[in-house]
Amino acid sequence: MLDQSEGYTTADGRKIGAVVMEMKNITLRFGGVEAIKDISFDIREGEIRAIIGPNGAGKSSMLNVISGFYIPQEGQVFYKGAPRPPMKPFEVARQGIARTFQNIALFEGMSVLDNVMTGRLTHMKTGMFSQALWKGRAEAEETANREVAEKIIDFLEIQAIRKTPVARLPYGLKKRVELARALAAEPSLLLLDEPMAGMNVEEKEDMSRFILDVNDEFGTTIALIEHDMGVVMDLSDRVVVMDYGKKIGDGTPDEVRGNQAVIDAYLGVAHD
Amino acid sequence: MVETPVSGGDLTSIPALLHRNATQFGNAPAYREKEFGIWQSWTWAETREEIEALALGLIDLGVAEGDFIAVIGRNRPTLYWSMMAAQMCGAVPVPLYQDASAEEMAYTLGHCGARFVIAGDQEQVDKVIEVQRELPDFEQMIYLDPRGLRKYDHSKLHQYSHVQDAGRAKRDELSPEMARRIAKLGYDSTCVMLYTSGTTGKPKGVVLSNRNVIETSKSSSAFDDLRQSDDILAYLPMAWVGDFIFSVGQALWTGFCTNCPESAETMHVDLREIGPTYYFAPPRVFENQLTNVMIRMEDAGKFKQRMFHHFMAHARKVGPAILDGKSVSFMDRLKYRLGEFMVYGPLKNTLGFSRVRVGYTAGEAIGPEIFDFYRSLGINLKQLYGQTEATVFITAQPDGEVRSDTVGVKCPGVELKIAENGEVFYRSPGVFVEYYKNAESTADTKDSEGWVATGDAGFIEEDTGHLRIIDRAKDVGKMASGAMFAPKYVENKLKFFPNILEAVVFGNGRDECTAFINIDLTAVGNWAERNNIGYASYQELAQHPQVLATIKGHVEEVNASVAQDEMLSSCQVHRFVVLHKQLDADDGELTRTQKVRRRIIEEKYSDIIAALYDGSDQVSTTTEVTYEDGRKGAISATLLIQTAQTSAAVHKMAAE
Repeated sequence: MLDQSEGYTTADGRKIGAVVMEMKNITLRFGGVEAIKDISFDIREGEIRAIIGPNGAGKSSMLNVISGFYIPQEGQVFYKGAPRPPMKPFEVARQGIARTFQNIALFEGMSVLDNVMTGRLTHMKTGMFSQALWKGRAEAEETANREVAEKIIDFLEIQAIRKTPVARLPYGLKKRVELARALAAEPSLLLLDEPMAGMNVEEKEDMSRFILDVNDEFGTTIALIEHDMGVVMDLSDRVVVMDYGKKIGDGTPDEVRGNQAVIDAYLGVAHD
Repeated sequence: MVETPVSGGDLTSIPALLHRNATQFGNAPAYREKEFGIWQSWTWAETREEIEALALGLIDLGVAEGDFIAVIGRNRPTLYWSMMAAQMCGAVPVPLYQDASAEEMAYTLGHCGARFVIAGDQEQVDKVIEVQRELPDFEQMIYLDPRGLRKYDHSKLHQYSHVQDAGRAKRDELSPEMARRIAKLGYDSTCVMLYTSGTTGKPKGVVLSNRNVIETSKSSSAFDDLRQSDDILAYLPMAWVGDFIFSVGQALWTGFCTNCPESAETMHVDLREIGPTYYFAPPRVFENQLTNVMIRMEDAGKFKQRMFHHFMAHARKVGPAILDGKSVSFMDRLKYRLGEFMVYGPLKNTLGFSRVRVGYTAGEAIGPEIFDFYRSLGINLKQLYGQTEATVFITAQPDGEVRSDTVGVKCPGVELKIAENGEVFYRSPGVFVEYYKNAESTADTKDSEGWVATGDAGFIEEDTGHLRIIDRAKDVGKMASGAMFAPKYVENKLKFFPNILEAVVFGNGRDECTAFINIDLTAVGNWAERNNIGYASYQELAQHPQVLATIKGHVEEVNASVAQDEMLSSCQVHRFVVLHKQLDADDGELTRTQKVRRRIIEEKYSDIIAALYDGSDQVSTTTEVTYEDGRKGAISATLLIQTAQTSAAVHKMAAE
């Protein structure tokens, strides 16, 4: 029943693979409020998939369903072909899903490097005692993980703040550190919750470049929620548009741009 | 020209020096670069192998003798190696400023007809691709960092490591060809071509021979007793002659180690970690560091502040004398030792200057307070005077004869003379061969006997032999009254205040002088923060009444000091504005080496200058700005024009 078709090729020549995650008829309620109503869409391997919509459309709820944080009352989530059971956050992380948050959730008192290293936790096998004693395998493991962390620090160009406590950083950089921590987990699916909210034009451009580079360098599948229409249209391969919890559009940026329902949702409808 | 015999065999080219170092100090570190948080290092023997592999790869790609190879990027060992590999192929390396815009790059690349470009990263590759249609000679490009370049058309594009691999694979086949090309190199072969920053007009390509570079490196290394064990930090633009001489010329001559920072932003941390023994920085860097120290001291506890100020006062009193080896009383020495332990040592460590044995500043005048601050800490900071056409060195200050108001005595092998109009001329083994494809300018600058015009006006002090520079010769003018007008003299005095980043003084042919002033955002911003003064933008802070009052105070102090100078007392600033934007190289207002381009500023801000002279209180203006990515925007502002007190000129008693 899962669509395993071959995928497609993007305008800039990237090969997009099979479906990695599929949402089937998802409905999510908070008491009497239906945040998401019967939504279905899929995310394919290697693509940048955006979820957009006006305020209160249910975008963040949708991302939380994808990340496994919310369990929908109706419908089913398929991950890599199999229905996904309810999971604890660390189980989600082990499955290769990492995310960033709209309201930055970093360890403020720790340095940037330490924060990025926490992203490596799922890859550490040695126990608390051997790590505390700093002997044998624990030492080698830390070195290997530090190397991964340093490569990501280099990739996101945050070398200059490596040892700076996160609390002292400006907002734009914190966002980048959060992305670094998510990347440190070497995810196969990366979820970004409004990565560019509250940024100025230059910061947005930097962040867009990093998102494209991550996708290009590591082949990471990216699902992102974003407010800024311009950014979304430039970045993503396919876009899901939500309004009042319903899906009102799904397709390439060009298709979505020409979709009357989307135009109405964003610009309002004239009443006769 | 007569061939000068060289000591120690046949060291008349860069590859020959590299070969000597790889044989003589094979296991000593030659280059280090911080990457992934760790200092990676290469010995001289490894360096030679890396460079040879690249040179073979370049020959394989089709590099011919006499080709120009442009090198663009931040300071990285691989880019220094690229320049040396070019020389091994008999080609000429042309390092370019990495922050140059695509159009600027199109000019230089087109002018030298570079067939090959070695670029640091995607940013540089993009710029070259953008303008490649204007470059008929351009053929292939090599890049270092593959990031973001995977999807590019690779028919003209090669990864650095792949070129090296190809070279290694064909080592046996191509080595004889490379050896043949190296054997042809001598003192008269071209070593490098460097484009001048161009305060006026288009950049000019200065051709420097191996003789220029090696002779200069040799004599300057001896002058400062540079050693094989020295360490330098390479962080200044690679296209600048100084960096080429320090990181390639002197590094190869003495065999010391060149360290490259991780990125431009980490420079200060890397400086601390390396602790160079030989250090160069333009005055601006020293100013910024001092400003930062002072700002951080303001935030320190009461006890620390008192201790700092107490010992710094003592250091200012006896520090320079101790450094110059003059006699200082035992008690003062003892107290200085204590200060070294309590304040100077930790401070030097924080600044990364603990090991500096020889430090230089040049390019602009340095404020006496700034200069004395570093010297009083026991850092042997000196001044030198030089230019690209001289392969850097014209004059330098010998140890023990250091002052803030001179640029030192002539370097070994240099001859100096002062023309009637005050312009300084020199002749030395470092004098450049020619401006590439510009015989006319070459003839204008260098006469048949080899004397080169510096373009600077100055004089030699009779008793000490030290050279003092007043201003650019072409900027020195006359005011309407006939009095001498030397804008830089006044601007430098203004810039010595931490609150003032840049100043431009006008007055040539006028009745009185006026000025543009840029505030220093770090210093003024910190002041605003401590005094709870809110501001939304640079523009708003610049026009804040209290800021204007402070700047006015500075201008009046400068006027009082200018009035003391009988020759230049007419250069006092009567009216000034604090500009709404920083003068910027991207807008063409400064050169890439951060020097003011007067003509362009005069044209661009003609409305503000007019207002300075017509007596109005304020002026509304709109200025076009260029963002880093080349897009343009506009800033509009209303600027308040300030009037400053001037002081009565001091006349010599005898003259009356």
